[in-house]
Amino acid sequence: MPSPDPENTEVEVDEPRQGLLDSITQHLGDAVVASHLAPGRELWVRVETSAWPEAASVLQRRLGYRFFDWLSAIDWMESPYGRSMDAEVDKELGLVETEASEAETVAPTGADGYAGGESRMQVLARVHSIDAQLGVTLKADVPDMSIGTWTNTFPGAEWHEREACEMFGINFEGHPGLRPLYLPSDFQGNPMRKDYPLLARIIKPWPGIVDVEPMPEASDQGASTTNPEAAS
Amino acid sequence: MTEVTDRRQLAYIAAQASEARINVELEAEGMTLNIGPQHPATHGTLRIVARLDGEQVMDAEPMMGYMHRGYEKLAEVRTYPQVTALVNRIDWLGSFANEVPFILAAEQLMEVEAPPRAQWIRTILFEMARIANLTLFLGDMGVQLGAVTPVFYAFRDREHVLNQIEAATGGRFHPNFDRIGGVKDDLPAGWIQQTRQSLDKIRSFCDQMEDLLLGNAIFEQRTRGVGVIPADVAQAYGLSGANIRASGVDWDLRRDNPTETGLVYDQVDWKVWTHPDGDSFARYWVRLQEVRESCSIVDQLLGSIPKGPIMAKVPRIIKVPAGEAYVATENPLGIMGYYVVSKGGLEPFRVKIRSASFSNMSITPWLLKGTYVPDVITILASLYFILGDIDR
Amino acid sequence: MTSILALDYGYGGSVGLKLLLAFVAVLIPAGGTVYLYLFKMVSFMQSRLGPMEAGPFGSMQLLAEVGKSAQKEDIFPESADRFVFAAAPYVVMVSTFLLVLVVPFGPDAVFVNFDTGIFFALAVSSVSVIGILMAGWASASKYSLLGGLRAAGQLIAYELPLVLAVVGVVVQAESMNMQDIVSAQYNGEIFGWAAIGNPFILTQFAGFLIFMIAVQAELTQTPFDMPIAESELVAGYMTEYSGFRFLMFFIGEFATANIFAFLGATLFLGGWTVPPFVTDALGVEITDNIFNFIGPAIMGIKMLALTFVVYWVRFTYPRFREDQLQRFAWKVLIPLSLVNIVVTGLFKVVL
Repeated sequence: MPSPDPENTEVEVDEPRQGLLDSITQHLGDAVVASHLAPGRELWVRVETSAWPEAASVLQRRLGYRFFDWLSAIDWMESPYGRSMDAEVDKELGLVETEASEAETVAPTGADGYAGGESRMQVLARVHSIDAQLGVTLKADVPDMSIGTWTNTFPGAEWHEREACEMFGINFEGHPGLRPLYLPSDFQGNPMRKDYPLLARIIKPWPGIVDVEPMPEASDQGASTTNPEAAS
Repeated sequence: MTEVTDRRQLAYIAAQASEARINVELEAEGMTLNIGPQHPATHGTLRIVARLDGEQVMDAEPMMGYMHRGYEKLAEVRTYPQVTALVNRIDWLGSFANEVPFILAAEQLMEVEAPPRAQWIRTILFEMARIANLTLFLGDMGVQLGAVTPVFYAFRDREHVLNQIEAATGGRFHPNFDRIGGVKDDLPAGWIQQTRQSLDKIRSFCDQMEDLLLGNAIFEQRTRGVGVIPADVAQAYGLSGANIRASGVDWDLRRDNPTETGLVYDQVDWKVWTHPDGDSFARYWVRLQEVRESCSIVDQLLGSIPKGPIMAKVPRIIKVPAGEAYVATENPLGIMGYYVVSKGGLEPFRVKIRSASFSNMSITPWLLKGTYVPDVITILASLYFILGDIDR
Repeated sequence: MTSILALDYGYGGSVGLKLLLAFVAVLIPAGGTVYLYLFKMVSFMQSRLGPMEAGPFGSMQLLAEVGKSAQKEDIFPESADRFVFAAAPYVVMVSTFLLVLVVPFGPDAVFVNFDTGIFFALAVSSVSVIGILMAGWASASKYSLLGGLRAAGQLIAYELPLVLAVVGVVVQAESMNMQDIVSAQYNGEIFGWAAIGNPFILTQFAGFLIFMIAVQAELTQTPFDMPIAESELVAGYMTEYSGFRFLMFFIGEFATANIFAFLGATLFLGGWTVPPFVTDALGVEITDNIFNFIGPAIMGIKMLALTFVVYWVRFTYPRFREDQLQRFAWKVLIPLSLVNIVVTGLFKVVL
């Protein structure tokens, strides 16, 4: 598909996805909070938290979206640990004072992806229709860390929800058995949350961008110091 | 029984007991059999806790995570080229195939299109990854069933393909060749000719496998009617790839992808193979035909590579604009997709990896009820998962 | 044999010599075939070389393995029944040694010449079933138990085709004495043509096939190796065995294969004799003393041919599932062997 003409301010119309959005809105009504359509690429629809299982059922039974692609979650908080590659050192280690104190006071932001969102965590799921050759990505806020389960409509969601539960701490009501999938049973914490540190970085602090490490004879100290200029 | 006085020992035992909680629940009746994690049949460290009634399985639960490396968390602290190197290791048998959907998702966000020559090279290597992956399956299914010889032929003939991948990319197993905007290097001289020869060897290997295994009466007896998956159940669980095509669903993302992905399958004349039965034999058969089809695709692509640049104009330090993109491709194991969320930085904000084997395996508790123990092995072999793909 | 090698040793000497020869007859071919088939033939079939380091072309590999196994720690599973666990490999070996007693290697070179030789041989070959069951139960492990149970069912099921296939041979040879069976093949004729005698492989072809299939199953070789299904149960009833005891099972398996091949050669290939046209051409009589020395060599060649077929099938075919295996034995092999007996009887009466 050729890229849209920059002078042409009209958005190209994606008929099938627009039609899909219309039928979803028609069936779910007020439950559809927001949507985003990237023409030629994907449709995102955000539904009410309480309508999450109903959305699955509508898509499978009424609209024929029977292929269950995946289900996961996303934590929209900015990581309090200095993950940026531009950063000289990790924030959390306290070596850069200003940003560390800011991170503690700044409240977690709401979701700011496509189709918006208000809570820190969101669940995402995607279903596909083999006949229509289209898919739709559904999102829902999870303000109380609890949301309905999809396993009654899509049995394949069982494992995906278990993984989302152990990684993010989201409870799926009605799930037949929410127990850890990957993590050992005595593991504490939810690793995929942004405030759960990446242990590899704690053990060995990130030294910053290093273009070329100088030869041991050439530098006074063993480890190299950062040289941001060399990166650009 | 030694006296347990050490506190650390107590803690360890308590942890084991909580792990054994599941065993205790299943211990209610029948015999609990642990298949794995150290087991010749499972492709890596997979553990299946099966409750048996004689030789029949009443309940089977796969327990994974022995190889969980935390790719989604790691990807949040890696730049895009670093993530490319990282995701090579998800499906390690056809590793170039793991890079492609991620790179395509990033290219979608950056609104960059790779030049035609790069797209050709990408598609060729993608198909060769498929050949490398599936030839091993063809031999490996024999081993699971007891025929120990075909897998040696598989390894031997696969070497030819791996040599070609190494000649082009520098890595037999982990090429790390795809870049946002194109590929890393151009093809070496004489590569096209040699690749055609290696494809001939793969074709003769396929013929050998058809004779040795598909034509074998015992193989047919062991696999026909074993592990039948109806098409609607397959869709509800998210089965993909040859597994769903063997249940009669005519769906292949190489042909049916609704988004412009940057792979050039529409330039090639090829066919999607399906089989109506949905049993283990069908899955083997479909994959055998797919290998042959891949050889034909690569042959055609090799004959029509356009000249030109191999890399589009992208900045040296890649900052992907904010947005979300999901790209899925038809990988050797099934459908692999990457949902990339970017906030405009050097690293992605969130990468959700939709790996094929995870969804393929999710059907096993349903599928293994009521089967015999040898059939468990046959079914697992025919579903064909790679532990790195399940555990990420 | 009152005089062995044409020398008179007295009672003690001759018993000692018989024991030595029994060990030689069982273990030396076992070692040879392990090297030839397991190390080299399977490797060449799989387009690799096999052991090459130990000795020239890897010929000392088996010695190295024996040495390695012998010096290993003797491990018992904690809840295993010690005596039964320890005794099981020896019980399996007992049947092998008992079998070699009745196989004739020459006109006088046979340990004991029973009049019911083949009957004794078939009866004694079932003793190994007890050994396998002992191994499976005493190991106190679920894998071993599953393997032992599978083995018991399979071995008992395939005893019948084995016996019934041999009945056809007995009908044709009109005797159960092994030496008589051999001489019946040498002295017999096929439709009046006596140049090659009457090797029962030609006239009892169906019986030969059934015998070979039943032998494959009795040895728990693929395609009948459910008891030791390597990719499922690790090693079945042998899982808990390590070191020297495992070596006993291992060598026992190969020795039993050889002994069954000796049996097959005696019953179907003419045993230690060569076809009559060869002895006529060389101008010797079949009962000459020279055949006491050449006979074992001839038997060795025939044994190698039969074991080649056994291992070739083993390394090529996938394995049967347990119920398919049983179905094959009870619904296919046994009816076929019964038909074979009827047809043999008919031919014997009519022709």
